[in-house]
Amino acid sequence: MFSLVDTVPAIRLAGLRKSFGPVTAVDGIDLEIADGEFFAMLGPSGSGKTTVLRMIAGFEQPTAGAVELAGADVTRSAPFQRDVTTVFQDYALFPHLTVRQNVEYGLAVRGKGRTERRELATAALASVRMEAFADRRPTQLSGGQRQRVALARALVVKPRVLLLDEPLGALDLKLRQQMQVELKQLQRDAGITFVFVTHDQEEALTMSDRIAVFDHGRIAQIGTPTAVYEQPQTEFVAGFVGTSTVLDRSASEGVLGRSGTFMIRPERIRLTPAGEASARDERHRTGTIAEVVYLGATTKYLIDLSSGHRITASEPNAGSVRQRGDRVQITIRPEDAVPLE
Amino acid sequence: MRTVSARSRLSSWLTRTPRARLALLLSAPLLWLGLAYIGALAALLITALWSTNAFTGQIERVWTLDNIRIVLTDPVYRAVTFRTIGVAVLVTLIDAALALPVAFFMAKVASPRWRPLLVAAILLPLWASYLVKAYAWRSMFGGGGLIDWLGAPFGITSPGYGLTATVCTLAYLWFPYMVLPIFAGLDRLPGSLLEAAGDLGARPGRILRTVVLPMVFPAVVAGSIFTFSLTLGDYVAVEIVGGTKQFLGNLVYDNIGAASNQPLAAAVGLVPVVVMIVYLSLSRRAGALEHL
Repeated sequence: MFSLVDTVPAIRLAGLRKSFGPVTAVDGIDLEIADGEFFAMLGPSGSGKTTVLRMIAGFEQPTAGAVELAGADVTRSAPFQRDVTTVFQDYALFPHLTVRQNVEYGLAVRGKGRTERRELATAALASVRMEAFADRRPTQLSGGQRQRVALARALVVKPRVLLLDEPLGALDLKLRQQMQVELKQLQRDAGITFVFVTHDQEEALTMSDRIAVFDHGRIAQIGTPTAVYEQPQTEFVAGFVGTSTVLDRSASEGVLGRSGTFMIRPERIRLTPAGEASARDERHRTGTIAEVVYLGATTKYLIDLSSGHRITASEPNAGSVRQRGDRVQITIRPEDAVPLE
Repeated sequence: MRTVSARSRLSSWLTRTPRARLALLLSAPLLWLGLAYIGALAALLITALWSTNAFTGQIERVWTLDNIRIVLTDPVYRAVTFRTIGVAVLVTLIDAALALPVAFFMAKVASPRWRPLLVAAILLPLWASYLVKAYAWRSMFGGGGLIDWLGAPFGITSPGYGLTATVCTLAYLWFPYMVLPIFAGLDRLPGSLLEAAGDLGARPGRILRTVVLPMVFPAVVAGSIFTFSLTLGDYVAVEIVGGTKQFLGNLVYDNIGAASNQPLAAAVGLVPVVVMIVYLSLSRRAGALEHL
């Protein structure tokens, strides 16, 4: 839907670099984000993802490279000249204005009349279910409510692109999960390109159409959530997105009987009590459960194989949980061992 | 061992009785406040209601409102009162206009490494004697002084000693007291608010008008309390650069010294007190007292 060849991308970054003195925060980013896409920039802190977002918004000037919005080069344009709005990590609501005045700010800047401003702001507040709080001050709102107002304020001006900087970082777990769903709906309804920065891999996996995984100022991998999770290309991606067992050259020989570096997701490893027969085309090894980590829906097992290697496996908690010290047989289908670079 | 246990018994008694702790902590400063501040103000008020014997110059403890009446109705006193308040307003406005860009640069533009140096640079003139600085301005405004010398190529001559010199000198003297609260206010203003305004399409001028100024206004009022009240009470700088112009402070000084009319001096002294009470209650409305 968003990768049609003849459409102009909403955002195009070409050779984007940013240095702060001796530190290179962003080290050559080439990226195209399609119109209407929900795009996640995922990475640990200091990986350059927020700096890229700030360069798209215009808050930072790139050291080298270009930023294009809808085909137009905006690299040297000021933030107020770009058809982009931002939901800030601290929400950045104006404390001296009411919720309604906050939402109307961008409309007033665009010279909209009183009645139109009022109508649009009311509709925007209704879309985030905050119309009842229109006359409050931001300081009288909870974190989740402030975030909704920040969303309404950024969306009401109908930008081409909405940037979200760790939008759910300050919310508690329940609210975060609820907002994940709401953000997705808002994006679908508004039909606007969303680019959001997060260090939470679960957030990136659940919400986005595509994910760019950042590492040391570069993009380690770009792809759909499924691709990034199921087919990580590097050890960094395999380790940062979800949990995994990475088998280096020697371990692969011992566990899989293959050469190269491989990654296996814990839920892809089948556990059976030692001694039971299994299909002939699967590789199996025996091991001892060294550690049991109960996670509610699943249980994670650290297993010491007889070959001397340790792997991580997990099982849904449908029956009884295995015990530490249990002998188990592990089965790994060949296609579940993903080769890494 | 006995002393230790006595001390520890005292400590534990104090821990158990928060009121005793509070009393010990505050009794000395409260006594000072009560005697020195409130007491002096009360003495001022009472003195203003006495009179002086015209022949002996002695204070007579006879209650009268004459002094207050003179201060309120005598054209000279009224002129001086309005002049003093006018100059205080002017000095405050000049300081605010100069301090806003300086404080903005310090808080939002300068790198964190430079910030303490800039604060020190603003504070530095406070280390020099007030008199020395006033005389420095006197020499600048004097005939053949710096202003004459610099202005000569452009045909500008110094206005000499008078109101202009007084306003310039006082605006210079009280400038740090205006910069520091505004700097503190801007320092507390999150940078993301300025970014958010720009992000929503506002140009720098609009950001200044709709976000920076409304948010920093209480800090400006806080600074103005200093510049306004210090100008209101000043008489030394006026004496040095003011020429023939007088302020309320000079009237107080002259009435105590040359005229030896302490009750009238006290009545004049009440004027700035009343003006400041009005000013502070207005400032309180603006939320400025939280920014001091």
